[in-house]
Formats: sequence, C-alpha cells, structure tokens
Amino acid sequence: MRRKHAFTCINCPLSCALELTEEDGEVLEVTGHECEVGRRYAEEEFRDPRRTVTTTVRVRNGVIPQLPVVSTRPMPEALVREAVKALADVEVDAPVRDGQVIYRDLLGTGADIIAARRLDPRSRADEEG
Amino acid sequence: MVRVRRPDLVVIGAGPAGLGAALAACDAGLKDVMLIERDVELGGILPQCIHDGFGSIVFGETLTGPQYAQRYIDRLEKSDVEVKLNTMVLDLRPDRSLTAVNSRDGVMEIRPKAVILAMGCRERTRHQILIPGYRPAGVVCAGAAQRDINIEGLMPGRRVVILGSGDIGLIMARRFTLEGAEVEGVYEIMDHPGGLTRNLVQCLHDYDIPLHLSHTVTFIHGRKRVEAVTVSRVDENLKPVPGTERLVPCDTLVLSVGLIPENELSKRAGISLDPATGGPVVDERMETSVEGIFACGNVMNVFDLVDYVTHTAETAGRSAAEYVLQGIRKRGECLRVRPGRNVKFVVPQLLRGYGEEAHFYFRVSRPERAVRARLSSGDLLLAERKIRMVRPPEMVRLKADPERLKEALARGELDVQVVPEEETKGRQG
Repeated sequence: MRRKHAFTCINCPLSCALELTEEDGEVLEVTGHECEVGRRYAEEEFRDPRRTVTTTVRVRNGVIPQLPVVSTRPMPEALVREAVKALADVEVDAPVRDGQVIYRDLLGTGADIIAARRLDPRSRADEEG
Repeated sequence: MVRVRRPDLVVIGAGPAGLGAALAACDAGLKDVMLIERDVELGGILPQCIHDGFGSIVFGETLTGPQYAQRYIDRLEKSDVEVKLNTMVLDLRPDRSLTAVNSRDGVMEIRPKAVILAMGCRERTRHQILIPGYRPAGVVCAGAAQRDINIEGLMPGRRVVILGSGDIGLIMARRFTLEGAEVEGVYEIMDHPGGLTRNLVQCLHDYDIPLHLSHTVTFIHGRKRVEAVTVSRVDENLKPVPGTERLVPCDTLVLSVGLIPENELSKRAGISLDPATGGPVVDERMETSVEGIFACGNVMNVFDLVDYVTHTAETAGRSAAEYVLQGIRKRGECLRVRPGRNVKFVVPQLLRGYGEEAHFYFRVSRPERAVRARLSSGDLLLAERKIRMVRPPEMVRLKADPERLKEALARGELDVQVVPEEETKGRQG
C-alpha cells in the first residue's frame, strides 16, 4: 500500500516541511526538501528514528539528590519512554565518576547509560562549602 | 571586624560565563582570581539542563548540560582559581569594591583590581505578565520546575499546562511527560513558536503534545492549588478574543515566558544598561561603562547557545587579565554599532578599536529567507554571511578583522544589517 508521511526537518532554521511517499516500506519519493540533508533526514525518520536518551536517577548521599545520565548512543525513538521508565527505579551511591556506567546495554539496544557528571558525596561538599 | 581581600580579579557567578571567564583570565597569566557563586556547586543552570545539544560550536560534539559544565569544572579544579561557594555578593560599587557574605568567612570586603559580571539571567514570572486569577500553589516557572525534577527529584505536578513555547517550555513538556505527568498542551501568545524546530519535533511531536499558537492563559482558578486555567485565543494585537475561552483542568501551570538579565549589582555600580538587551553596554573587549568592570554571557544579553556565552566569557577573562597585567585602559574614542534593516539589537554595542578581531552578535526582528548578514562601514564591507533563513530565536554572529575595524573607526560608522539576497546572484553560493 502506498502511504505518505510528513516530517519537519530539524537540521537548519529553514525547517523544511518534508513529505515521504512509501509503498510497503520502500521509500519511493521525498519532496519539500531544499537540500540533500533534508532528504536523508526524512528517510532516517521513516526507517529508524533515533534519539539520545537523557534522564536522572536517584543518588544516595550525594551533594544533590538526582544524577543526570545519558545514553552512549542514540536509541530507537520508540524505546525512549520504556528506557526512561526502566531507569526510574535505579539508585546509585555517591561518589559517582563522570562517565561512570550506570546501566549496561539498556533494553538490548547496545547503548550504555552513563553518568553525565561527577557527583560528590554530601559530607565532602559540605566541608568545602 | 570585616576582612578586606585584594585579589586581582573577582568573577561574580560560576555558571558557564563565570567558569569560562575565570579560566581565560588564568590562561592569560592572572594569578589571584576569586570566583564567587551563591549556589552550593559550580555550573550555574547547566547541571539541571540534562538534555543534549550543548557545545556543538566549542567542542564540535553535542553534550548534555552537566557534561558541558563538567569540562570546565575539571579544568577549574586544576587551576589556582579561589572558589567561594554558598557566597552572596551583597553590593558592588563604582570603585569596583564589593561586599560579599557566607557562613564561613562572614562579611567580606573585597577590593579587586578588576571585576567580571557573570550573574546570568532569571525567569520572567506570572506577575510580570499579569495573568488574572487566584494565587494558588502550582504556578511555577519552567526553569524552577526543571530544577525540582532534575536536581531535587520532586514532581511539581501531575496534570500540566505550559504557557510559552520557548525552548525551556518545550524541553519541560517532554520532561514532564517522560516522568509520568500529563501535559495537556503548550499555549503560545504569538502566531509562531518561540523555540527551535528541533525542540518542536523532538519534545512536542514525538510525544503528541499539542501546540496552540495565538493563545494565552486568561485566568488561573483554584484557591489553594491550581484547579484549572482559562485559555483564550488572541487577535493580531495579542488581545484575548471574547467568546473563545476554554476551561482546562490542571494542577500545574508552567511558565516559559522569557528571561531577564540579572543586573541588580550592575545598577548598584552605576553601569549603563542597554534597554534593548537589558544588560550592560559593552565594547568589543566586554568592558562596561565603568572602568575595570567587564560583563559576559546572559547578564549582558540572553544568548541562544551556551557556546556563545563561553566565547564572550573568554573575551572578558582575557580582557580583564590584560587590564590588570598590562594596564590596557579603555580608549576614549568609541563608535556605536548601529542596528540596521531587520536587526533588533547588536552586542557588543560599542567599538573602540584595540587592534584585535571582534565578534558581533545580533538578533533579527522578524523571520526572513535568503538573506545576507552584513557588517559594514559605508562602502567598506567588514563581514558578510549568506544565510538561508534567519529567525528571531537564533542569534547570528559576525567576525571582523582588526584592520577593517580600524578603518571603520576612522570612518566613524559601523552598521549591522540583514539584506535580501539579490535575485540575480541566484543560489549558486
């Protein structure tokens, strides 16, 4: 079956309104793009849209209560909600190193979840204050 | 007994601007640098901006806010900068002396040779946009909600309406949704979105959150806690249209309605402010109207990219070091940069000509396709960039070389303008 999908290009301020036509998953045509980047973007967004996952996990005894984390590579867009949910129950202890692996191979995507900062334990930070 | 301290340089605020400025001053050879921060840790707003997209210009890769801050914090810890956390600057005077206080040192009298203002900006609140209604709990600024969720681990509400489609509002629409809240919609008084397209797609469209353009909140309901808001369509003069009211049940109203450079201290010091930017008038070395006081980052103008904040901070840090070490004093001569066609304002506002290259940042007044951004002095072109599309949320930067700046100074005029691409030249560029 032939279907059309609409996307808005995010690669420059032009924000081209893209339209991709496919038949049974095979891309037939992309229109509305002003450059090659737009055409590629529409195909990626249709075939395999990906997003970098960022959220926070709870940290025990840290200078602040939440630790920001980030995926080491973009994950399938459809899995982002599930990924954040899976990380909701994770708790770590301070100190945390910048880049420390918090969760390995999340949802079988091959992406690790790492700490996006260093997080010192509460007591040390108070002494420094 | 009040202690008197005499460092070479005091930097006020340890967000991206203050971190970049303090490090640049050290790199330029300044030894005795004091960095003052009122929060419990370094980084300013960055630690709570957990989304990615920072640093593409400075580092050539996209980082999250905490990662961007961490790179500077790591460098700072290896430097000789003296960091004063949990410390509030109470006063700054025209002679550059400051009064600061914390619970360990008590009240400090500080008389530095130079000062860099890096206080950043703060959020516009409900009271500044005059939303009628009751005054219940549950009306919160987007950045404050971001801090609650990302730093404190607290949910400000479960059923959320967002007013304003600036980037923070869009980012928080996604964040609330991922944390299990229901975002009823984003309402924007203008007829175009305030944030970047990237955020419209990845924060709203990905999560099926509706964006209502030309709409605003016209009443807040609820005596103790927000129970609902009334939203209305607005006409071309941004006035609510009677008969278009709709009641939206919610427990939280999130406001993303603008940022204001935080210049209370600048005013105390008698520094001239620019009504167009809300920040100090500065020259190309980021020096303000008061000698030896420099400014950088969002305190001088709210930037769209942290990379630009870092650039202005590095200029301010280097300039402050030159001021202290080499005695480079402000030149009397100066030229006011004129915002021309489709240019809302330009920073720096002044050119004095120190024989160095200079960067000028500006915002356009309205969206326009196929243009050239131009920095010129009569028929002399100092810088030009061809741009396919300019929009008010995205700042444009132009760089000019020392020779041409000198020539412009001699000619006595410098203009920034956005001109339509000539049809004859086509699109071959």
